[in-house]
Amino acid sequence: MTPVAISVDKPEESRALMQKAGYTFPFLSDANADVIRHYDILHKGAGIGGHDVARPAEFLVDRGGTVRWRNLTESFRVRARPDAMLEAAKALR
Amino acid sequence: MNERRANWPLWTGLIVAVVAVASYPLVFYRYPLTRDVPWVTFLLLAVALGLLVAGVRRAPGRKIVALIVAAFGVALAVLFTVGLTIGTRVPTGANIPAVGAQAPNFTLPDSNGKPVALAQLLGAPDSKGVLLIFYRGYW
Repeated sequence: MTPVAISVDKPEESRALMQKAGYTFPFLSDANADVIRHYDILHKGAGIGGHDVARPAEFLVDRGGTVRWRNLTESFRVRARPDAMLEAAKALR
Repeated sequence: MNERRANWPLWTGLIVAVVAVASYPLVFYRYPLTRDVPWVTFLLLAVALGLLVAGVRRAPGRKIVALIVAAFGVALAVLFTVGLTIGTRVPTGANIPAVGAQAPNFTLPDSNGKPVALAQLLGAPDSKGVLLIFYRGYW
């Protein structure tokens, strides 16, 4: 199951983050927040400098494109727990 | 009554309040256990408020300085709590793909600028699915 990180960060910013943290899964750049809007998870003006960003959200999508699990936090302080994600991922095997 | 003794509860209370509020972004934000609910910060603020109350009671005369210091400490605690709850709310989205719905397809550039489509990731031969992690960005 492949993790795919998406944000408004530009490819260069993601590259730097990937190198620094050692991530090897894909980081996609949604610079205009089009996909973020399509998924209805836009958080207007919440980014540094008042830019529009995504609210944190995770979606587990199966091979057929169906959402099997999602996590939306009410506050950006609360992040998804790894164990909850792993449980949902196990269900996909 | 010795009116020249230092009002240590008052000033200690103020210092603890300042340390409590400052410690959240500097220390406790980094650990999920204290980021989600800042237990330690709230505990320190409670201690600070107790000290400030003691400081006000201990203060001689009309207690003007003590009341000002205590008010400042209370204001810090209130601002921190309000800022934490209101300032970190996220908008509700009625059209967020629900469990059981189809995840909308998309194509976005990866960290090398190469276009990647969700359908392509899902359709890979040994694919077991994909975990989309939308994050705030601007790291």
